[in-house]
Amino acid sequence: MEMPVPNAGLLARKPNIVARLSAVLPPDALISDPAETRAYECDALTAYRCPPLAVALPSTTEEVSAVLKICHEEGVPVVPRGSGTSLAGGAMPTADSLILGVSRMNDVLETDYENRIIRVQTGRTNLSVTGAVEENDFFYAPDPSSQLACAIAGNIAMNSGGAHCLKYGVTTNNLMGVTMVLMDGTIVELGGAHLDAAGLDLLGVICGSEGQLGVVTEATLRILHKPEGARPVLIAYDSNEVAGECVSDIIKAGVLPVAIEFMDRPCIEACEAFAKAGYPMCEALLIVEVEGSPAEINEQLALIKDIAQRHNPVELREARDADEAGRIWLGRKSAFGAMGQINDYMCLDGTIPVSSLPYVLRRIGEMSKEYGLGVANVFHAGDGNMHPLILFNANKEGDLELCEAFGADILRLCVEVGGCLTGEHGVGIEKRDLMVDQYAPEDLEAQMAIKDVFDAQWLLNPAKVFPLAASETRRNMAIAAE
Amino acid sequence: MTSLKPQSEAELAEAIKSAKGPLHIRGGGTRRTGAELGQVLETSGLSGISLYEPGALTVVAGAGTPLAEIEAALDAENQRLAFEPMDHRGLLGTTGEPTLGGVAAANVSGPRRIQCGAARDFMLGVRFVDGQGSIVKNGGRVMKNVTGYDLVKLMAGSQGTMGVLTEVSLKVLPKPETMACLLIDGLNDRDAINAMTRAMGSPYDVTGTAHLPKGLDGTPVTMIRIEGFNDSVAYRLEQLAGLFPNHALRRETDPEAVAKGWAYIRDAQPFHGTTGDVWRISTKPTDAPDLAAKLDAKEVFYDWSGGLIWALTPAGSDIRAKLGAFDGHATLVRASGTTLPLFHPQPAPVAMLSEGVRRKFDPRGILNPGLMTA
Ligand SMILES: Cc1cc2nc3c(=O)[nH]c(=O)nc-3n(C[C@H](O)[C@H](O)[C@H](O)COP(=O)(O)OP(=O)(O)OC[C@H]3O[C@@H](n4cnc5c(N)ncnc54)[C@H](O)[C@@H]3O)c2cc1C
Repeated sequence: MEMPVPNAGLLARKPNIVARLSAVLPPDALISDPAETRAYECDALTAYRCPPLAVALPSTTEEVSAVLKICHEEGVPVVPRGSGTSLAGGAMPTADSLILGVSRMNDVLETDYENRIIRVQTGRTNLSVTGAVEENDFFYAPDPSSQLACAIAGNIAMNSGGAHCLKYGVTTNNLMGVTMVLMDGTIVELGGAHLDAAGLDLLGVICGSEGQLGVVTEATLRILHKPEGARPVLIAYDSNEVAGECVSDIIKAGVLPVAIEFMDRPCIEACEAFAKAGYPMCEALLIVEVEGSPAEINEQLALIKDIAQRHNPVELREARDADEAGRIWLGRKSAFGAMGQINDYMCLDGTIPVSSLPYVLRRIGEMSKEYGLGVANVFHAGDGNMHPLILFNANKEGDLELCEAFGADILRLCVEVGGCLTGEHGVGIEKRDLMVDQYAPEDLEAQMAIKDVFDAQWLLNPAKVFPLAASETRRNMAIAAE
Repeated sequence: MTSLKPQSEAELAEAIKSAKGPLHIRGGGTRRTGAELGQVLETSGLSGISLYEPGALTVVAGAGTPLAEIEAALDAENQRLAFEPMDHRGLLGTTGEPTLGGVAAANVSGPRRIQCGAARDFMLGVRFVDGQGSIVKNGGRVMKNVTGYDLVKLMAGSQGTMGVLTEVSLKVLPKPETMACLLIDGLNDRDAINAMTRAMGSPYDVTGTAHLPKGLDGTPVTMIRIEGFNDSVAYRLEQLAGLFPNHALRRETDPEAVAKGWAYIRDAQPFHGTTGDVWRISTKPTDAPDLAAKLDAKEVFYDWSGGLIWALTPAGSDIRAKLGAFDGHATLVRASGTTLPLFHPQPAPVAMLSEGVRRKFDPRGILNPGLMTA
């Protein structure tokens, strides 16, 4: 992965910069010893690593502002960081950058059940937001699989999704306001406990901007009352096409399940070997979950079963109790872990129009033969978000590169059928160079123009999202101005 | 001056490139507001549904497509635009056909906004021509997409000041089998807000909460809407009723009557045919009664549990001055010849960012100039 050459001037001025930053932070909040900065050299895209110049771990918005002001004056690139679970290399440092981590900022600032909001510092983990309101039967809806670890900061930066977003939407649909610090240290408030923007919807652009427009320190989030209950049904088919038709028919019938998960044969086999969930061996497995009171659940499941039967399933299994429901989800939830047991794997994240599912799966199968690498598919079928897992051997010379080339081809295929490069993980460094496959130069220019306004020197997370060639002039201007 | 009526995206780009002065962008012309400076640019030539996949819950259409055409197509498949866009004609006394582009550019949404989101939450992708004549696309037609910055949200509600939309893709949702409304009579504003927030905070998936201090018969009525499959709606209606034991309750279960009642709220019908200014104030629901009391309004009513105050005020009355600083913003929807800004002035750093972004997309300041900024 190509990264910009680190700025030698900054590396030389490290002691100075560290001294200035230490002066505005509590004693233990600045890490500059190379042995310790190593802990921040990568995120969950572990194939790429680079220790940063230093790491700042502020505790307040004011400290974040003070740090950014200094970096702005010194021309130091800043890489914001939540919990470092990005799968796209979004939080990967460069050698001349400061990692600005919000992990110490994890307070709940306000819970307000009447207005259904919670205000938190953004270092708080996704699951502990729900944890803070659970005793009153409320929850925060976006639920990425990494929710135990990932922070609201990263969720906002990546506009993260979850298994239940067919019904509840992704982060942007549940985010009402932020406190954010601009690169020059200015603190701005966007949104709040009210709906919709007074003018331009800047909050809408901040969400998903991958830490390139500002450092988000506080967030107002929508919380919801939990549904009375939820129950899944498992439907097995002997062809991907038929499973795809079943999904489409369920949606057309007016049922809106909270989740429709899809697994193909390689994935089912791996899950079985690992978790022994008792899945039937077949080509395509659907897990469909609905919510409501027991009677409402029955009503919806009856409709779904009816539709499923029309497509002649190999098996149709309903959960009669919590235990059986747990078993239906068991395999799916352990899918990534299962694949990890068998092999090294790379997890992709493209989205396709649901209607092209059978075609895309067929093409992926063909490409898998061409590349000689196995692939298993897990898929949020309701919304078209695919997670093909490409299996490779990290210890085998050239296998990673081969795997990346295969991955890039799959993502190009997603774009070709009318979809996109990433549904929830973000672009980061991983898909940066594929952006030209989805966007014309004018499209990228329009996006980069936004960054010009928020961060004229291109100091915030500069080598991400846009192909290096496309952002080169802008990044160099920053260095020249220094 | 004759109006411009480009028939394609390329023609539109050419028209904007060669424009010598301000352009006033018009979809259906149902929301005439502001000074409307410059030559009229109509989007009606960019019309038609190009893709509709009911099984994928997606529709893509030209920005000039009449909303009615889209709604009819969806209706045939038993689907709908869940964000329930308002029809401004009755309130503003305008004619014409609301267009998809107008709805998107103004981020128009109705009572269901509180449960499922605004137009911006259903917009999956846009194509537009910016103020320099560049054709830009962002987003796409799939439901999950985090590829690059989300300019779709930025275009939603930008009122044509960033670019002229040419195409919009939307997520649509199934129509419910039925709907019902729980009505509570006689509550004062504060108690009504309490009842509505209580309903929204229940597990019964309420899709609308509104309060009319003066209902059709002149007495207060609070409305709580639920939608879905028949048995489920019947069940939830009773569960909700159970939350309000000592209240004067009525149940409306005729779907047509329910729809009519909510169109009354959605389109601000209480203020049709009145004189004076009409404001929409977005705020925190529990702050609403106190804010409303400061307005010296002729009449108010509440949507979104109180999160949206509709106020009818004497012409020219500066309610922003009366409200002072508060969590939210006030938009002047029907201005009777006043010089007040239509959109709420923003704090300095936010205003600067917005202006900066706008200047990037429209450096000459020719797209609906003065509409969003004073
Ligand atoms: C096992 C596993 C499962 C996953 N499952 C899902 C899933 O189901 N759905 C999903 O969407 N994602 C998933 N992810 C991806 C990842 O968890 C999300 O992208 C998550 O939101 C990242 O949060 P984080 O706090 O770890 O952010 P980080 O990795 O620390 O950073 C992510 C990005 O956010 C920026 N950032 C961080 N903090 C700030 C801040 N304060 N202000 C501005 N920008 C900031 C960073 O610069 C970076 O670009 C998964 C990851 C793993 C490892």
